[in-house]
Amino acid sequence: MSGDFIRRDRAWHPPGLTPNYKTSVLRAPRRALLSFEQSIGEKSGPAFGHGAIDPLDNDLIANFNTGAPALGERILLHGRVLDECGRPVPHTLIEIWQANAAGRYRHVNDGYLAPLDPNFGGCGRTLSDAEGRYHFLTIKPGPYPWRNNGSDWRAAHIHLSIFGEAFAQRLITQIYFEGDPLIALCPIVNTIPDKRAIDMLIARLDMGEMAPFDRLAYRFDIVLRGRRATYFENRTEGA
Amino acid sequence: MPVDYLKETPSQTAGPYVHIGTLPAAAGLPLRTQENLHVLAQGAAAGERIRLEGVIHDGAGAPVKDAMLEIWQADASGRYNAPGFSGWGRTAADFKTGEWFFETVKPGPTPWRDGRLQAPHVSLLIFARGINIHLHTRAYFSDETAANEADPVLRAIEQRNRVPTLIAQRSTRGGQTVYRFDVWLQHDERETVFFDM
Repeated sequence: MSGDFIRRDRAWHPPGLTPNYKTSVLRAPRRALLSFEQSIGEKSGPAFGHGAIDPLDNDLIANFNTGAPALGERILLHGRVLDECGRPVPHTLIEIWQANAAGRYRHVNDGYLAPLDPNFGGCGRTLSDAEGRYHFLTIKPGPYPWRNNGSDWRAAHIHLSIFGEAFAQRLITQIYFEGDPLIALCPIVNTIPDKRAIDMLIARLDMGEMAPFDRLAYRFDIVLRGRRATYFENRTEGA
Repeated sequence: MPVDYLKETPSQTAGPYVHIGTLPAAAGLPLRTQENLHVLAQGAAAGERIRLEGVIHDGAGAPVKDAMLEIWQADASGRYNAPGFSGWGRTAADFKTGEWFFETVKPGPTPWRDGRLQAPHVSLLIFARGINIHLHTRAYFSDETAANEADPVLRAIEQRNRVPTLIAQRSTRGGQTVYRFDVWLQHDERETVFFDM
């Protein structure tokens, strides 16, 4: 077992209570989080193997399995998973979900008037490779309205869930797209207090990875909590 | 100047449609319909079979019906990542009632940093619309009184009246051992203890 994970900088993440995102008001704990050092349960986590992953799982253009491609702007979403110390995070499970090109989710609870795409499910997953790289083929999702302050609009986004090597690194976030004017207006984006942190959630247009006459590309790197070395660590698990 | 590190990617809410990517069958997609990620006790996994269940309540006392929950635990011998028992589970709160449950085995005690034992417990993460960064808590077991009293994490909770928020209550229902673990996101007296670890 390696060393402890670097403390999570809670001032960098959105706080629990963000009144302009109204749903947070009744779902945010009032008490302070209790801080503890990590034990084996926080420093370990589930390992997912290739056996569970279908070859089409990272191709959302094709993986609804209708035989026809999804409608919309075809993109490659790719990047690297690193930790705060700059080390690649290999073989970790990444899951994504998103609305279709019209801004509609394929979910029993989504009633937005925009149409479903018969060839798009909106669910993907993959494992990072030995160098921490990952990629998905998908379509760029559309923005959509939600109630909040009347009719707010979500900036176009892809949800991303990642495990890392331990439960302490678990993270769910959202990816936005460079140049979208709705980013600055989105109450959920603006739960994050620091502009530099918001910038980390914006995928960059990557013309180097564009495929001619096929699709554009966006680059999105992910940073998980870093892990300390174990020099002269005090007695650890069972030692 | 202090040494520079990269900054962690900031969290965003998992939103109301979290099921599409994490439990697609629950969202209504014809995908992975055989997955039963809420069932950890498979095959020959050793240990007492238990059902861990509850409801998450918001600050108005209403059930949270769109949450996704994950657990991580040791096996019955207190080992993580042990062969034959993954220790990880995922489920969705019921869209109508907010009830959730896992079928698992009761974990054994696990070591704390200094070699003392931690009482048996299951780590629980909560993701949902309106939760900007996932909440982390632990379910301990009501029939482990002595171990709970010695547990280094429970012992360090200054407000002793908050400790019961982390104790799942044991009962028997139809021959099955059930532990009830209701979560209160926001409450004057009963708010669940959440961790930053």
